[in-house]
Amino acid sequence: MQGTVSAHDGGHDAHAHNPNLQHHFYSMEQQLEASTLGMWLFLVTEVMFFGGMFLAYLIYRVIYPEAWILGSNHLNVAMGALNTGVLICSSLTMALAVRAAQTSNRGAQIRYLLLTMAFGSVFLIVKYFEYAEKFEHHLVPGRHFDMTLPQAGQQQLFFSIYFMMTGIHAIHMIVGLGLMLVILTMAWRGRFSASYYTPIEMSGLYWHFVDIVWIFLFPLLYLLGAHYSAH
Amino acid sequence: MSDVSQPRNSYLDAPYGLASWLLTKDHKRIAMLYLISITIFFAIGGLFAAGIRLELLTPQGDLWTSDLYNKLFTLHGVVMIFFFLVPSIPATLGNFLMPIMIGAKDLAFPRINLISWYLYIIGATVTLAAVFTGGLDTGWTFYTPYSSVSSQTAVTTAAIGVFITGFSSILTGLNFIVTTHRMRAPGMTWFRLPLFVWSNYATSLVMILGTPVIAITVLLVAAERALGLGFFDPARGGDPVLFQHLFWFYSHPAVYIMILPGMGVISELVAAMARKQVFGYSFVAFSSLAIAILGFLVWGHHLFVSSQSIYAGLVFSIITMLVAIPSAVKTFNWTATLYRGSISWQSPTWWVVGFMGLFTIGGLTGVFLGTLGLNIHLTDTYFVVAHFHYIMVGGAIMAYMGGLHFWWPKMTGRMFSDAGSKTSAVLVFVGFNLTFFPQFVLGFMGMPRRYHAYPDEWQVLNVLSSCGAGVLALGYALPLVYLTYSLFRGAAAPANPWGAKGLEWTIPSPPTTYNFEAEVRVDEPAYNYKSTREVHVG
Amino acid sequence: MSQHAPVTPVSTYVNIFVALLVLTGLTYVVATFDFGLLNTPIALAVAILKAALVIVYFMGVRYNTPLTKVVVISGFCWLLIMFGLTLNDYLTRAWIGVAGR
Repeated sequence: MQGTVSAHDGGHDAHAHNPNLQHHFYSMEQQLEASTLGMWLFLVTEVMFFGGMFLAYLIYRVIYPEAWILGSNHLNVAMGALNTGVLICSSLTMALAVRAAQTSNRGAQIRYLLLTMAFGSVFLIVKYFEYAEKFEHHLVPGRHFDMTLPQAGQQQLFFSIYFMMTGIHAIHMIVGLGLMLVILTMAWRGRFSASYYTPIEMSGLYWHFVDIVWIFLFPLLYLLGAHYSAH
Repeated sequence: MSDVSQPRNSYLDAPYGLASWLLTKDHKRIAMLYLISITIFFAIGGLFAAGIRLELLTPQGDLWTSDLYNKLFTLHGVVMIFFFLVPSIPATLGNFLMPIMIGAKDLAFPRINLISWYLYIIGATVTLAAVFTGGLDTGWTFYTPYSSVSSQTAVTTAAIGVFITGFSSILTGLNFIVTTHRMRAPGMTWFRLPLFVWSNYATSLVMILGTPVIAITVLLVAAERALGLGFFDPARGGDPVLFQHLFWFYSHPAVYIMILPGMGVISELVAAMARKQVFGYSFVAFSSLAIAILGFLVWGHHLFVSSQSIYAGLVFSIITMLVAIPSAVKTFNWTATLYRGSISWQSPTWWVVGFMGLFTIGGLTGVFLGTLGLNIHLTDTYFVVAHFHYIMVGGAIMAYMGGLHFWWPKMTGRMFSDAGSKTSAVLVFVGFNLTFFPQFVLGFMGMPRRYHAYPDEWQVLNVLSSCGAGVLALGYALPLVYLTYSLFRGAAAPANPWGAKGLEWTIPSPPTTYNFEAEVRVDEPAYNYKSTREVHVG
Repeated sequence: MSQHAPVTPVSTYVNIFVALLVLTGLTYVVATFDFGLLNTPIALAVAILKAALVIVYFMGVRYNTPLTKVVVISGFCWLLIMFGLTLNDYLTRAWIGVAGR
């Protein structure tokens, strides 16, 4: 931890062995711990961000349980389940991409990142078809909502929350895909190895978080009325 | 600004050029960028306040139309809260001092720090765009369904502006937490941290846990207006009270975002001005955390008359009383610190003393308002307005001004006019009480907030209040003059003009870019005024 | 300059992956039965288990510092505070009657 402060502004400290060490950190450990803590804190803010919508979901479900079941039965369980599987696949490939960085395997990093992006894209495509179906059936809140449905006003609330939650989740997926593109470029240039792989690890955390949100969205939105349709 | 008496490589001078400021990653320069921005927004918010007080000089409501008056008080609130008070102390003094106080070269994420300033500017610009494209008349609280269904003003734009600014706040909080955990110099243990760091840490916890909720809340309102989704629309079965829950889940803790850093400043100043260790250091430190945590459990006291259940009202009222405990711990410990201290009446002391009186009044009237039964009489009256101005202006801004004066020599390398500062402190204290004390009386007599006309018998008190606002404005304008003057003509500041303890006083004024020229090691507690030993640097 | 996390074997990741897929299937299957009031708690329990697997294994929290674990747990605690105190209003509206309401 000894060493003098270098006066130049360039981001890399003169006494550092690792070129990825920024000037204001003493060591790579300190830098990594700061990044990890920062990323987890960011994910906590994301939890609270989605939490606001989950709260709206919860309160209205408590007040209007029947409308929630009616609304849920309009959702396409098969597509929701497919997307759950797709996201779990993408989480696996993401974890393996980080592992490939830990083992300094550039080829595997690229391969798994591409796979992750492919799964992410499949998710969004399925989501597109789901949304299109909702538009067709006049289930999008607003002027064109099918007011002949039972408890139409309250079902609109359900669909408002459905579109907001899945929409914001989809935006997070799109951001994640952009992030993966950056990480892919870095991996392509061979930036990640066992001695430094923080960016790919942090992006992985983000990607898994988005997966977790969907793990909750799937049963809470799609499966409320499954026991009715099954009988 | 360059002068031979300043160290040649001070952060202000090296590197040189506009781009070096706009793209800087130096926490001290970002603090200065924030200082300039929030001063501008303080002035804008002040102009809106002037509009309110001018209207209330006469009972008839004859100066502005009702619609314009609605916009004035709304914009006063939005600008002062989101663009001045929330960033005020953390983003300026906190940004500047946190790394130095813990012996670090910078915050953990310098680039994110700069991004947070840009997000603030973008959010502020979007919100100002709302001002010019229809204004905003929902009150700063954005209550639905008025904001989401009825209001004809630029609610969506303003909501997006607040949303963006929220991320600035989140990033600052995140940066501070990681910095406090991971960037402390060897020997800087948690219980050697200056209390300003503790209070900013607690503030940051509130920022990252609360701000995302206001972000999604205003986003829901914007989506309801712009996309036709329904969340709080009673016509579709939506519940406006749910909005209030979501809104106050952030906005009550946000009150502590505004006051906690001020409490930290006061702890520093009290110790420095009394030349004593802060009495009961660990109690003061933990009381910050206690306020941050309890602050999340009390939001329902804003909903006592909003058809919230009576039972919930009882629960929230009781928890609200608990907040008084850590607040009182702080107040009593500051007083105990002053007791038998060798108090020097330098200019920061005047602001501190003002803070203590005003904050105590603000805090105690908060207990009135937290009492369920009394609250029903006082809800939405000027009593509430007076109460939160005693906390926000009498507390937070007094502390901010005290801190700004205290650390001004460190930040700029210049000494300011002592007489000017004392005059300003007195003007603010007198003007403030003249403005807001009559509002307690008005509120108790039943004058509702947010109306621009009122019965004739309340005119005397309203005129007193408006006159006080004039004095207050003078008190705030004065520092702008002598502090700016000091930048050009002020005497060069020594490294430690107040004879205070703390790492920031061991380095030159203004500091160099990387704060410390050598490895920092800390081997004594904070505020070690008893010992003659200096903190070792190098 | 070493990084802290030991490399997890591929088999662990694959096992977790399979477990997640099985649990997804389980969520669907149990949803087709009516357990009355228990429907949602069961669905949530499975979802929480899945999330925990992702957090602990895929996100590597088990190799992280205690501080990270505190951060993760406190995030969910704050969510519970928000839900709990809001429900404290909605579920108790009928408890204490007021004239005129």
